[in-house]
Amino acid sequence: MTETTSPSTLQELDQIVVRFAGDSGDGMQLTGDQLTRTSAIMGNDLATFPDFPAEIRAPAGTLPGVSAFQLRFSNFDIHTPGDAPDVLVAMNPAALKAHIKALKPEGILIVNTAKFGSVDLKKAKYETNPLEDGSLAGYRMLEVDLEKLTRETLAESPLDTRAKDRCKNMFALGILYWLFHRNMQPTLDFLQTKFASKPDIAAANVRAVQAGFHYADISGIFQSSYKVAPATFMKPGTYRNVMGNQSLCLGLVAASKSAGVELMLGSYPITPASDILHQLSGYKHHGVVTFQAEDEIAAVCAAIGASYAGQLGITSTSGPGLALKSEAIGLAVMTELPLVVINVQRAGPSTGMPTKTEQADLLQAMFGRNGECPVPIVAARTPADAFGAAYEAVRIALRYMTPVVLLSDGYVANGAEPWRIPDVDSLPPIEVRYAEARGADEPKFQPYVRDPETLARPWARPGTPGLMHRIGGLEKQDGTGSISYDPENHQRMTDLRAAKVAGIDVAPCEVIGDASGDVLIVGWGGTAGALTAAAVRLRAQGHAVSAVCLRHLNPFPPNLGELLRSFRKVIVAELNGGQLALLIRGQFLVDAAPFTKVQGQPFTSQEIESRIEQALGEIAR
Amino acid sequence: MTAVPTALTKKDFKSDQDVRWCPGCGDYAILNAVQTAFANLGKNLHETVIISGIGCSSRFPYYMETYGFHTIHGRAPAVATGTKLANPNLDVWVITGDGDSLSIGGNHLIHTLRRNVGLKIILFNNRIYGLTKGQYSPTSEKGKRTKSTPMGSLDEPFSPISLALGAGATFVARSVDIFAPHLISMIERMDAHRGTALLEVYQNCNIFNDGAFRGFTEKDVRSDRVVELQHGKPLLFGGDHSKAVAFDSGFVPQIVGASDDLPNWDERAVSPAAAMALAHASEADLPVPIGVFRDVDRPAFEDDVVGQVAAARAKRQESMAELLAGSETWTVGG
Repeated sequence: MTETTSPSTLQELDQIVVRFAGDSGDGMQLTGDQLTRTSAIMGNDLATFPDFPAEIRAPAGTLPGVSAFQLRFSNFDIHTPGDAPDVLVAMNPAALKAHIKALKPEGILIVNTAKFGSVDLKKAKYETNPLEDGSLAGYRMLEVDLEKLTRETLAESPLDTRAKDRCKNMFALGILYWLFHRNMQPTLDFLQTKFASKPDIAAANVRAVQAGFHYADISGIFQSSYKVAPATFMKPGTYRNVMGNQSLCLGLVAASKSAGVELMLGSYPITPASDILHQLSGYKHHGVVTFQAEDEIAAVCAAIGASYAGQLGITSTSGPGLALKSEAIGLAVMTELPLVVINVQRAGPSTGMPTKTEQADLLQAMFGRNGECPVPIVAARTPADAFGAAYEAVRIALRYMTPVVLLSDGYVANGAEPWRIPDVDSLPPIEVRYAEARGADEPKFQPYVRDPETLARPWARPGTPGLMHRIGGLEKQDGTGSISYDPENHQRMTDLRAAKVAGIDVAPCEVIGDASGDVLIVGWGGTAGALTAAAVRLRAQGHAVSAVCLRHLNPFPPNLGELLRSFRKVIVAELNGGQLALLIRGQFLVDAAPFTKVQGQPFTSQEIESRIEQALGEIAR
Repeated sequence: MTAVPTALTKKDFKSDQDVRWCPGCGDYAILNAVQTAFANLGKNLHETVIISGIGCSSRFPYYMETYGFHTIHGRAPAVATGTKLANPNLDVWVITGDGDSLSIGGNHLIHTLRRNVGLKIILFNNRIYGLTKGQYSPTSEKGKRTKSTPMGSLDEPFSPISLALGAGATFVARSVDIFAPHLISMIERMDAHRGTALLEVYQNCNIFNDGAFRGFTEKDVRSDRVVELQHGKPLLFGGDHSKAVAFDSGFVPQIVGASDDLPNWDERAVSPAAAMALAHASEADLPVPIGVFRDVDRPAFEDDVVGQVAAARAKRQESMAELLAGSETWTVGG
């Protein structure tokens, strides 16, 4: 915490990073969400990082069952949820063990002592009690028996003990609300709405938040409390808090409305993409049709079938699902139908680590199909940026009559940040023209006669008189679309499909910093926050460092090649084994050095900064 | 925009593409029957869509002057579901084979039937893989010697009819490629059904499985070896309708002599049990049933999907700006 003033009981801070950790049944995600919403409403900039296990309820009290949520809120522009927390709330020994290493020296550690019996310690594989063995001496530890306090608070409640114990996360939240001078009201309102049909549970949770708040106030366990003023740098406008999957869905709907084409999602549940299916299924009042298919293949095929009929077909999945959809995506490439394939990446290969983030599907998106099968790729960089990325993916799909892969990842999908809500009228128009009906006396419709500018073929909806035609996965003759095995024609059609994707009108990439210098750090998708934070900090120290966070991976932005050649060193940072680096080296013949990590965790900005500093050192030598 | 259309003839449904099935293939007869039935039904070209998977039969869309989509192996019902949901006014037909729909695409077939999507599915069953040149299929009889099973196949075949009934299909029928009038009438019956209609057509592959159905389709044996299911009539067969199929106390179909007290066939029966018993009967012991096994009413999937969207729209109007703003916003002053 950067302390700006130090009165005895209240300190004004620029930012606070807090992490909740507990059992997956302890409600850590909900607790974190509440503090996030409240901080958003109070006008802070913020970023979050939920980190939870794939098991719905792993055995209670064990290390695999630990679920965590990190929130950073600030009065200045931040790009990541922060590296090390200032405050850690540990609900049990397993949570403490899994997360204590991250806590800053002298950081505030709030532990729930109710769960530190010998059985609990054993489950977390502690040989001695860390609360007693001096191992936590480097932190400001506060021991709170959350269970006892919550039960006492709810003595009058008709709920049974088990149900009362479930309110302890709200007691802990109340403590933090006092500690951080947060307004309790939005959470109290939320609880009343959420449990509207269960008034006893609503009352108990409300009471627990209030009691936690007052306990922190009266007990005097904290030497001081902390306050973070609203962010002042933010561009004027109306803001809301969004998670990546959420804003991605909003982008899809907004784009479909701009285009005047109704949206049809075919999807099969898969972590961490399922929320896209959930979210869009709630937009039926906007004409959105969602179809939960019998499998991943049916999901993409139904989307293709919808696009064939003139709608915007979309399918959402994660890496294993993208693998299953490969053949169908090839069909969409061959039949040149619009389609958006959303891949919310997770750690692989195979089932991998479903709830953990990774960026290792870039080459799958790029090359993972049979034949020469080019597909444009767009990546979402932050939770708020997912709106624009989704909008752009739809634009490309419709303008160029092509499937588009939209890459997100677990970190972007589940993270949250404030989003300046765009003016609907300011969104770029997306123009769609269906092929028009023909009379019997007009020339025969040719489904593969292309627009000379975009090379897109016409979109001829079944139901339109006079446009009857046949398409399919077989190679077709240029123009007529009839089946063709002619060697020259296959060459020409392959070249045309490639040229269409290569010619997509991609905007130049934005550079953080100057367009030339010593070190250029290049990334894509969800690493944008860490890269930006590192570049901004090093530039403030006077280093000639710039950063580029790509949204377009295929084709690349038109200015990328020149940028890469304008720095003495180029580092490509990504959460995989070096996939973008491979593409960049292959396409631009520059000595781009990969900087990679596959631990299911995002880069910290410190990791990026250190790597850039190393490069700067090499230049100096 | 166009003048009042005159009724189309069978010829109008033919595309300009050369038909490239092997000479003598049963597919020609089915193509002919479909074109005839479509003309009889007064269909127009532009609202008719034919969607297929992969296999010999799946070349079908290229030969029809309607909209057509030749998709990928086994996935035609899934693609067609998306098309039907996007535009329920389209008349969507799926053409598939025994390998396409029961092997690689088995999952999509059963789920389409369970949902009762308004698709008309014609399943060409030749009990062999033709396009890959002669491997056994999921409907090949056990012990079949093929290129991939030189010592005989080991797996039990599917009965497409029983699979469809088990999946909750609302319309299930069977016909034979060379029984033209019957086949045409079955296609017309499919057209009248709301929801998924599945028609199994026994189709002769004269290259890799010639004569697979000869034992009951040849003219001289037909009357004794085939029983036509007709709603409200007993299951009579034999040259002079002297015999009948009836169920014994254990619900096993038996051959009995024709009499006045035979039960009538009920394609709209609440329980699919009788249809299932016939679908499982041995071809060797009983005449082969053709006709409509089952035809019951259930809401079509696309109607319910459209209904939910309409209900949601009637209940809640929200502008794009309201959607983007959500429930909690704050303003940063300029």
